[in-house]
Amino acid sequence: MTALDTAFAATALVAVAGGLLAVTTKHVVHAALWLVVALLGVAGSLLVLGAELVALVLVLVYVGAVVVLVLFALMLTRAPIGPDLEHAAGPWRTVGAALLGGAVALLLGSVLLPLAGEPVERADVTSTQVAGQLFGTWVWPFELLSLLLLVALVAALAVSRIPREEQREHHRAEQEVAP
Amino acid sequence: MIHLAGPYLLAAALVGLGVFGIAVRRNAVLLLVGVELVLSGALVLLVTTQAAGADRWSAGSVLPLFVITIAAAETVVALAIILTAFRQRSRVDLDEPSGEAP
Repeated sequence: MTALDTAFAATALVAVAGGLLAVTTKHVVHAALWLVVALLGVAGSLLVLGAELVALVLVLVYVGAVVVLVLFALMLTRAPIGPDLEHAAGPWRTVGAALLGGAVALLLGSVLLPLAGEPVERADVTSTQVAGQLFGTWVWPFELLSLLLLVALVAALAVSRIPREEQREHHRAEQEVAP
Repeated sequence: MIHLAGPYLLAAALVGLGVFGIAVRRNAVLLLVGVELVLSGALVLLVTTQAAGADRWSAGSVLPLFVITIAAAETVVALAIILTAFRQRSRVDLDEPSGEAP
């Protein structure tokens, strides 16, 4: 065990514990907040793996934007303050989901672990190199991403402007009267 | 020196937890928590390829940035759909049978 291994084990433990609590807690708001802990743990492990830029972007975009959006959506869908009994999963559903998740994790683990082999020297990729590649080799996919973000923005606006059923009928009735 | 078994195990555990979360949650908003966990498992795998020194064109750092951006866009559209469904039928239960809203 080197220092890097120990640091990685600590951050990975935070990530897995946070993720476990995020998917099992009964309080809906706590689920989003435990996701923050899990993502900070993932960001820490990325830092140990030597990808500072990705860790920083993960904290900024996921913790800063996505979790806040999820919290807003929870408030707007009238999430209860205490335990969410209305959406409680039955015992069989929990057992089935645990089997499914365990099977996926085991399958992935058994495929990936034989690839690990001996300890390797960590390759250091500086942010300067990443920036050079991002605006050189990857510039067209990068530009395409801005288009994707624009499309997502417009689509979200268009979807959320769909009127309610009774409003639509009211509107239709008004139009029929007008001419 | 770093042993690659750690990142691989972390990625497998995160994806397993995410799939568990997607299968067990009945609240449509909390489904997204599971999706985020699966995606973070993918991020760990991509960055591991870079740490092992086996990537060209810094793909191990650039592709995670793309994944994060696409995930953010996906979350925005998913939340817009969920909120619209909530306004139409005033509930976010995924077990509710489709068809006419009560």
